[in-house]
Amino acid sequence: MKTETKTESKTEQTTKSAVLNNGVVPLSALRAGERCVVVRLAGGRGLLSRMASLGFTPGAEVTVVQNFGRGPLIARVRDARIALGRGEASKILVRR
Amino acid sequence: MVALAGQPNVGKSTVFNLLTGLNQHVGNWPGKTIERKEGTFVYDGTTYHLVDLPGTYSLTANSAEEVVAREFIIREQPDVVIALVDAAILERSLYLVAELISLPAPVIVGLNMMDVAEQEGLRIEPEVLDAALGIPVVPMVATKNVGGRELVDTVDRLIRGEISYDPKQPQIRADHRQVLEEIETLIAGCVPEPYPQDWVALKLLEGDQEITRLTKECLSDEQWEAVHDVLRAHDDALVAVASGRYEWIGRMIRAALTRPKAGQISLTERLDRWATHPLWGLLILAAILGLTFWLTYAIGTPLQDLLDTYVVGGLAGLARAWLGWAPHWVSDLVVNGIIGGAGAMLTFLPILVIFFAVMGALEDVGYMARAAYVMDGFMHLMGLHGKSFLPLFLGFGCNVPAVLGTRVIESRRARLLTLFLAPLIPCTARMTIVAFLAPAFFGPAAALVSWGAVLLALVVLALSGVVINKTVFRGQRAAFIMELPLYHLPNWRTIGLLVWQRSMGFVRKASTVILFVSIVVWALSALPGDDVESSYLATVGRWLEPAGRVMGLDWRLVVALLTSFIAKENSIATLGVLFDAAEGAGLAETLATIYSVPTGLAFLTMQMLFIPCVATVAVIRQESRSWRWTFFNLAFLLVVSWVASAGVFWLVSGVGVGL
Repeated sequence: MKTETKTESKTEQTTKSAVLNNGVVPLSALRAGERCVVVRLAGGRGLLSRMASLGFTPGAEVTVVQNFGRGPLIARVRDARIALGRGEASKILVRR
Repeated sequence: MVALAGQPNVGKSTVFNLLTGLNQHVGNWPGKTIERKEGTFVYDGTTYHLVDLPGTYSLTANSAEEVVAREFIIREQPDVVIALVDAAILERSLYLVAELISLPAPVIVGLNMMDVAEQEGLRIEPEVLDAALGIPVVPMVATKNVGGRELVDTVDRLIRGEISYDPKQPQIRADHRQVLEEIETLIAGCVPEPYPQDWVALKLLEGDQEITRLTKECLSDEQWEAVHDVLRAHDDALVAVASGRYEWIGRMIRAALTRPKAGQISLTERLDRWATHPLWGLLILAAILGLTFWLTYAIGTPLQDLLDTYVVGGLAGLARAWLGWAPHWVSDLVVNGIIGGAGAMLTFLPILVIFFAVMGALEDVGYMARAAYVMDGFMHLMGLHGKSFLPLFLGFGCNVPAVLGTRVIESRRARLLTLFLAPLIPCTARMTIVAFLAPAFFGPAAALVSWGAVLLALVVLALSGVVINKTVFRGQRAAFIMELPLYHLPNWRTIGLLVWQRSMGFVRKASTVILFVSIVVWALSALPGDDVESSYLATVGRWLEPAGRVMGLDWRLVVALLTSFIAKENSIATLGVLFDAAEGAGLAETLATIYSVPTGLAFLTMQMLFIPCVATVAVIRQESRSWRWTFFNLAFLLVVSWVASAGVFWLVSGVGVGL
């Protein structure tokens, strides 16, 4: 019973935040094989600049190649495969 | 003068080697620990000077490499910049070209890896790209010697003015065009020399620290206030600048590039399903490491023995014969000081060459990025990320290239921490000592003890990493962003040159610093009398004996440790002298009868964790550019090794194992 309510409230929360953000989610939330478009970048100037020069600019199409839910993940952007730490990936906001 | 620019993994060193052959020189950029390669090539009677710029993704001052690359182009004004791009990642690798063509030097695009692009199903028409960009584009397959001649010919004709050069410049994204103009008006007429004005305005919007600082110095306070206000209101402008460049790239390649239909799975993707898997990836890495070590030792050790017997032994014999006329101390200096010290280091060359060759091949085919990726989780424990694994792995061969290899790490903090930890990797020389002593002391358990020693060193490394990260660096963490290049067949020429350069770096170290210290230590051991037991070195050893006693070491073992500072395996030679025994089977057995098991274990522990050899110390100083950091590193290792081996000694004595 208890676990059920817990999962329920969690799903509710995710849906809520997804609705609030108008379908915009961090790249780290996507599963392998999913495609998305970059909406916005968050984070400090240095990180932003590196991510932008690697091709993560608003409008860029990104495919998640690998994401096991923890640890770093691999994304394909502009024909290149980029490994990103989870923290870095969560700063790339995308729409499916 | 021609500069070679390009993003990482576009085959820049292959092209550099293709153009210059062996007419090249490797050094450092002045005041930087960044490699600078220069060379020459001759075409049509003209000699060209080629400078290899560091591989960077962009030219915004995110890293020292980026500053070096753009400062060179702006200040030295090369006649031509060859911008190498990867045809298989055309869009992304043109990003650097978008930055390069706004600098005051003509650019030629070398469209490399055309074969890989074809394999990936991409169709590129170089002439169409040429027309769109308004700058020459030369298709190439550098690994197969295709396109080098055409590239050089294009350079030649561009310099002679036989080719029109009319680049189409990228623009900032439309919504920020007005802001850019505003900035340009504000800084008009007072721009730091020798930068172009519109370029400075763009870099200010990108938040380039270096240019921001220089501009601030140039402008009056009120002027800067005005600029600063605009910048602050548009702190997202850097994304607009990058977007503008990618929009430009999109226009440039629209007609020239045809993509395959989606759904085609490339070889790289199929291999990566295994190589980057959290579990299989680690197992594959472990297997590759195991194979690397096996290869290195199976081939390298017999070669090392041969070198030791015939070259070092032969030289020593010759020197003794030739110097028969001289006073005894002269031949002793040459034989034991110079040949014994520096020569012993050189016998490690075969092991290193094999190790470097395997590492170079793994790097060249694109595997090392995958190794870094799967090790990322583990490296996180120490506040490092996957990239730090690569230099540390080199450390198993020799700590010197490991320290030099920390250059691949972008953040200074992570680089300092990685080179701090590098001496804790058991190098081949330390393993030689373990292999020599373990069988005599522990008989059948020798293999177990050897593995235990390696494991201990790695555990201490991990713990030290955690502690230093938490204390000195207060848990900061660098961003992990790394490209996973496409796998491709190894290029033996590139690997060969890499091995050559790394090995020569080691030989140069061995023949300078080590030679000097070898002579000093020899003098300490030979003076004032002829007897080691009454030498200055022995006096120092006796003086330090109380510290050694805590871990069960007497003055002779202390002296052996001290001489390991020149080269780790010197410990054994020193013990050989002190016990007046041949270095062969006799010595290890003698030691095993004189010293107890706890002492033996404590001595091995000490050897694994003790301060590194002088060559490693020298490169730690060189790469950290700080004596303070170097001394902190040594003091830390001294304390850790002393505490650990005292701990081992008391623990084993208390339990009474094997006594």
